[in-house]
Amino acid sequence: MAHVVPTVKMAGVATQASLESAPRIMRLVAECSRSRARAGELRLPHGTVATPVFMPVGTQATMKGITTEQLDALGCRICLGNTYHLGLRPGPELIQKANGLHGFMNWPHNLLTDSGGFQMVSLVSLSEVTEEGVRFRSPYDGSETLLSPEKSVQIQNALGSDIIMQLDDVVSSTVTGPRVEEAMYRSIRWLDRCIAAHQRPDKQNLFAIIQGGLDADLRATCLEEMTKRDVPGFAIGGLSGGESKSQFWRMVALSTSRLPKDKPRYLMGVGYATDLVVCVALGCDMFDCVFPTRTARFGSALVPTGNLQLRKKVFEKDFGPINPECTCPTCQKHSRAFLHALLHSDNTAALHHLTVHNIAYQLQLMSAVRTSIVEKRFPDFVRDFMGTMYGDPTLCPTWATDALASVGITLG
Amino acid sequence: IVRWQSVSVWSVAGRVEMTVSKFMAIQQALQPDWFQCLSDGEVSCKEAASIKRVRKSVDRSLLFLDNCLRLQEESEVLQKSVIIGVIEGGDVMEERLRSARETAKRPVGGFLLDGFQGNPTTLETRLCLLSSVTAELPEDKPRLISGIGRPDEVLKCIERGVDLFESFFPYQVTERGGALTFSFDYQLNPEEILLQQNGTQEEIKCVDQIKKMEITGCNQEITSFEINLKEKMYQEDFNPLVRGCSCYCCKNHTRAYVHHLLVTNELLAGVLLMMHNFEHYFGFFHSVREALKHDKLAQLKELIHRQAS
Repeated sequence: MAHVVPTVKMAGVATQASLESAPRIMRLVAECSRSRARAGELRLPHGTVATPVFMPVGTQATMKGITTEQLDALGCRICLGNTYHLGLRPGPELIQKANGLHGFMNWPHNLLTDSGGFQMVSLVSLSEVTEEGVRFRSPYDGSETLLSPEKSVQIQNALGSDIIMQLDDVVSSTVTGPRVEEAMYRSIRWLDRCIAAHQRPDKQNLFAIIQGGLDADLRATCLEEMTKRDVPGFAIGGLSGGESKSQFWRMVALSTSRLPKDKPRYLMGVGYATDLVVCVALGCDMFDCVFPTRTARFGSALVPTGNLQLRKKVFEKDFGPINPECTCPTCQKHSRAFLHALLHSDNTAALHHLTVHNIAYQLQLMSAVRTSIVEKRFPDFVRDFMGTMYGDPTLCPTWATDALASVGITLG
Repeated sequence: IVRWQSVSVWSVAGRVEMTVSKFMAIQQALQPDWFQCLSDGEVSCKEAASIKRVRKSVDRSLLFLDNCLRLQEESEVLQKSVIIGVIEGGDVMEERLRSARETAKRPVGGFLLDGFQGNPTTLETRLCLLSSVTAELPEDKPRLISGIGRPDEVLKCIERGVDLFESFFPYQVTERGGALTFSFDYQLNPEEILLQQNGTQEEIKCVDQIKKMEITGCNQEITSFEINLKEKMYQEDFNPLVRGCSCYCCKNHTRAYVHHLLVTNELLAGVLLMMHNFEHYFGFFHSVREALKHDKLAQLKELIHRQAS
């Protein structure tokens, strides 16, 4: 079956105008002279965001138990909402009545909404993909919804998020064969349909999502085609699933090598500290992941040496904070012993404290990374980071060592 | 299970036999400002306790109290802590009076009236008991009661000499997705009060009681002092929980948002509701103190009772 490779000409004339005027939202402030790391500023409708940036995930218009005031106090200036979930509950009409997602959840800073594409993978048993779109069966009442590129953009237009994502045909990174190629080409066609359907290019920035699985040729093709579209930013999708780290970093590196320098690169679903540092070195600017907030709810606190499983008995009488260097309210006010006790009680208090801390950890990490890039010492920062995390920079996992070496950073 | 030397309590770690010395050792570690003395309150957990059992509960509690006081005297750490004596006696007037008089003879810092918690009807029958008990107690020491939370019941206890209330009421309201909305502003006229609550009190009266319980699926009855944010009617209600409330939730969020959080089982629902319910409930107590100061308790009482279902 011949693949329809859409060219820019296939998009309507009206969209030509909107493509040409796609805003340049990224301003580069500093670049690492060795690696591909960059420090920058995203100029978005709800304020400036310093990059590299980690974006916490607040799927259903809330950040899992913490208030928008707490999130703001931690320095968060952009977080995620999810189109699939919000599209079902409470629905775009209601959110529009509430002055968009910003108004509904009372978040004064930036929002990025995912298109619903990832749910195709996470809810694969409840979904069916065709050229038209993704047909989901609702887990709540069994009803069916069709999420097409047009519908996804329509919902995101109603939500009013500052960055919106195209609907992409997402396959799990462990899938091989023709389905990967089909999904890649379809994502290009769906990108064009999203661009055409986007009603608010002046207020909302539509990002493309590079697909192609773990196949270098498919990725390269996708990159070549999608970069012909003048969108404000690009995301690297289809990774951070079950693939090996060795394949993962190579696809990230390939992608950043072919993406324009003057536009933000958003690596979707990446959130472990080591991955963040390595992928910044590879040239990524934006990241999101449920890991820090999810792991908090399991009683795990993130620290520079990994994580502390605070439910464990060893913390019963440990009266120090999670991390004495951390400036978050949890570390300012509470001890490991107290959190340990809370985790063994019947209320959720500990989860809130840990969520606050873990988000703070991620944001502080990104801030430290950025400062090191601006101060021209990013490679040293990476070495220190790996040393702290693994005991010795040379004990860093092989994939990370290889990835860093590929961009000129040697460890130990 | 209560014996002469201990009270058994069940904790996360299993059953603990709380002897006086164990109890006081814990107090030494905690160093509380006030602590409620160990007592035999088992009578209030049983349906129909015999006079003999009731008498025992009073005797045992006094014995515990005397032992605790003695241990406190010997403890340097606990010199600044105050023991609250517990008044037992079940539903037997004679025993209640005995417990009150005897406890009052000891150098306690205040009194906890145990065994008055239950459902609205049980409090009603015990009001007379309550008055008689407080009448025996010195004027200059605080009286605490536990398990009484509903605003109308709180007022009845205040009228009968109670000063401090310990209960889960605001928390229970939160747990069932409720927001306290009752008015305690006795200065306003009735029409203004109804407007303030957006007529929700009227709406509540129309909803079937059983239907309400099905929505929340919990054992505690929804009171008429609250609205249930899980109800569909709040889906598009962009008003704050209570107009004019200065809590974090009312200043920053809407009923529609809290409804969404409840429907999607989000943790933030409880956080926001708890903030509101505390603020509202504390506001009620503030108005009680103001009313007492300005001799307007009758007006407040009338206002509250009009809102009780």
